[in-house]
Amino acid sequence: MINAWRRFSRENELVYLFLRNRVAQLAALIAIVSVGAAAFANFIAPTNPYDIASIDIMDSLIPPAWNADGESHFIIGTDDQGRDLFSAILYGTRLSLTVGLLSITFASVLGVTVGLMAGYFGGRFDAIVMRIADVQLSLPAILVALLIDGIARGILPQDKHDSLMIVVLTVAIGLSLWVNFARTVRASTFVERNKEYVQASQIMGMHPVRIMLVHILPNIMGPILVILTVDLAVAVLLEATLSFLGVGVPPNQPSLGTLIRIGTEYLFSGEWWIVIFPSGMLITMIVSINILGDFLRDALNPRLR
Amino acid sequence: MDVLLNINNLSVKFPTRFGEFSALDNIDLSVAAGEIHGLVGESGAGKSTVGAAIMGLLQSPGYVASGDINFMGEQLGSLSAEQYHAMRGQRISMIFQDPQTSLNPLLRVSQQLIETIRQHSDVSYSEARKRAIALLEETGIRDVEQRMDEYPHQFSGGMRQRVVIALALCTNPELIIADEPTTALDVSVQKQILALIRSLCTTRNIGIILITHDIGVINEITDRVTVLRSGRVIESGLTAQVLGNPSDAYTKALMAAVPRLDKRLDRFRNIVSDDILTKENTSWVVEGANAQFASDWLLQDHQFDKQQQDNDARSILSVTNLAVTFYSGQPGWFKRDEGFKALSDINFTMRTGEVLGIVGESGSGKSTLAKAIVGLVDPSAGEMIFNAEALPPGSQRARTHPARRQIQMVFQDPYSSLNNRQKVEDIIAEPIRFYNMTSDNRKIRQLVASVLELVEMPQSAMLKYPHQFSGGQRQRIAVARALVARPEFLICDEPTSALDVSIQAQILNLLKDLQQTFGLSILFISHNLAVIRQISDSVLVLRNGALVESAQTEMFFSAPKHEYSQMLLRETPSLAMLQEQQ
Repeated sequence: MINAWRRFSRENELVYLFLRNRVAQLAALIAIVSVGAAAFANFIAPTNPYDIASIDIMDSLIPPAWNADGESHFIIGTDDQGRDLFSAILYGTRLSLTVGLLSITFASVLGVTVGLMAGYFGGRFDAIVMRIADVQLSLPAILVALLIDGIARGILPQDKHDSLMIVVLTVAIGLSLWVNFARTVRASTFVERNKEYVQASQIMGMHPVRIMLVHILPNIMGPILVILTVDLAVAVLLEATLSFLGVGVPPNQPSLGTLIRIGTEYLFSGEWWIVIFPSGMLITMIVSINILGDFLRDALNPRLR
Repeated sequence: MDVLLNINNLSVKFPTRFGEFSALDNIDLSVAAGEIHGLVGESGAGKSTVGAAIMGLLQSPGYVASGDINFMGEQLGSLSAEQYHAMRGQRISMIFQDPQTSLNPLLRVSQQLIETIRQHSDVSYSEARKRAIALLEETGIRDVEQRMDEYPHQFSGGMRQRVVIALALCTNPELIIADEPTTALDVSVQKQILALIRSLCTTRNIGIILITHDIGVINEITDRVTVLRSGRVIESGLTAQVLGNPSDAYTKALMAAVPRLDKRLDRFRNIVSDDILTKENTSWVVEGANAQFASDWLLQDHQFDKQQQDNDARSILSVTNLAVTFYSGQPGWFKRDEGFKALSDINFTMRTGEVLGIVGESGSGKSTLAKAIVGLVDPSAGEMIFNAEALPPGSQRARTHPARRQIQMVFQDPYSSLNNRQKVEDIIAEPIRFYNMTSDNRKIRQLVASVLELVEMPQSAMLKYPHQFSGGQRQRIAVARALVARPEFLICDEPTSALDVSIQAQILNLLKDLQQTFGLSILFISHNLAVIRQISDSVLVLRNGALVESAQTEMFFSAPKHEYSQMLLRETPSLAMLQEQQ
């Protein structure tokens, strides 16, 4: 068993490089802890910030526990509504990550499908789709997300807003990120399409969809994996930005971005903890995911070694 | 003759995570002025590492572990980085394999030459230009005054290699290392470049180290030769002696594997065999799987009898007036382009059980012909008859058309023809499942194992991924994949040109065995006339998309009719001379 693992870790390029890269290991640890804490927020968090009954407005703006005015059961203080900040951050991270993961899934499915087809068939479909991608790339992602968010708000009835907000956010962020996937997948597909194993399947008369899914897709997973990680960070950041701007999730379900927005209002009156802790969480998470993305990019790119 | 370069006990090591890899192991080598010393060996023998070690350009993390290189009385190992830099290019220069990439495409030829000359000697611009003109003339470029201000892409491959040689001569070097200088060139150009290298060596009295995998080239121009294998010197001495009367078993095996242009051998004998069957675990077997099982599967449709096939031989494929025209990539939204005629007016007929060799230089349209038959490109004119039925062009050929199973193909590059993300088992099983030949999973597994055995691979190979195999072994897997579909017609597009000679001999033997056992009709494409002679019954010669000559193989090689065929035969480097001497 141990021997099998040793052999595997020496022969598998990715595992080998990972075991020798302390920074990547640290980043992975942080990412796993954040994701774990977010996923099990309801077990870890001392209070439930969504439960209005448990919130007492009299507890608002209490500083962290080590402060003279702090209270021991609010470890890092409370926000303006009296919610325990630690619990709020856990639940907020969960919401941010959920939106991030959902939107990146949406973006990757859309982008990979379009990219595969554009790269495989080429011709007019490729020309049209890629020009659309170019146009979208010339607009900042946040602007695209804001635009879609705004349109959705206009179309949807007022009372559905809060319940549908997560879906709208996911679509908005997803639509602003699919271009990355589409472009990379198209370029990789283009290379693979001309290889002989694809020609061999074409000669057999295999259906193009099957060639793309069974033969090409597994061979271009490397670049897709890299974009998945890097863009997950971007998606989480976009969600935070949208929430910070006040067009994101509803205020009774705090995400990291919402907490930071609330925090900035109190920053100059001395209540620094409301902005510092959520920001710290966001930054640590984004940096660790980005480092993992960079590690994957280097490890999966044979030309860099 | 004075000795230019003397290498003593040189060892080069590369530390890897699997332990230290010894690229060169106690190499001795010496080169005299006015002498061409050939380094020959198969891939991984360490030929190029010798060149890199002399130039001081070993790729990191490689290092010289022991031994020394003595160049005209100087120990190269003790030179400082700056002294080495001055020496490189000045006194030792290099000719690379691919003239496409060894010239800077953005600089005019004149600029590249003049820059190099002025870098190494203190002369005026006009003086340097004069020298450049003289050099280009010396290397056989015509209209130098006009042509030297053109860009590299305006020169043909052979001319570009002449420019590269002129560039190497710029600084009057005493030693030139030529690393596979003719491998990327067509045979007709190869001979001229080799002749040029020879004459420069004699007139300028330079020492040349010629690195190549091609024994024909070695035989053609070298004075001395060193045979390398896995970083060790196997044999070294005068070329005529080493090649004519090899003393080492490996050299003998290497010589036996070189396809002969002068006569057809039934099989290559006494070649180095692939030791995968002895090294690998052969005790792992699928129950009920053996080569016989695969034979029965392949002969299920028809009992094959060589005699009978010869008697009622019918035409399996006939092609009339076939033409293929390519249009440049962009969809023609605004204008229609004339297109490039890759093939025009091709006519031939193949009988069942015949091996037809197609030969031609790069750009002659051999691969396009194969692609038109299998349906990867659409012919612009002409028709193909397969098994007495019209074969529709690729875009109109139904996915379920029977020819899609009956015609199978083996590709040139075994590194890209197998999907690296699939296990060998899935790769070989794919045709069986795809053509719905059987849906019994147990039988499919047995078949995969049996076919592997048929192509002389251990059955346990099915559990691995393609990257765990060498080029020759991958090509066997590719053959297995083609065979398992029970084809009647096999197209082999340069199946051995990416392989070493001894592996090439193994694969050719395998193809011959399979052809004779199962009566396959094979269309065999190659640029190598000697290979064509070994395997095919008749020959087609293509040139620039047109059919130049078609004949029975023995007729063709004894008396080629067309001028172009005669030229091809004459220019192919061979061991013929040597064998006459024996």
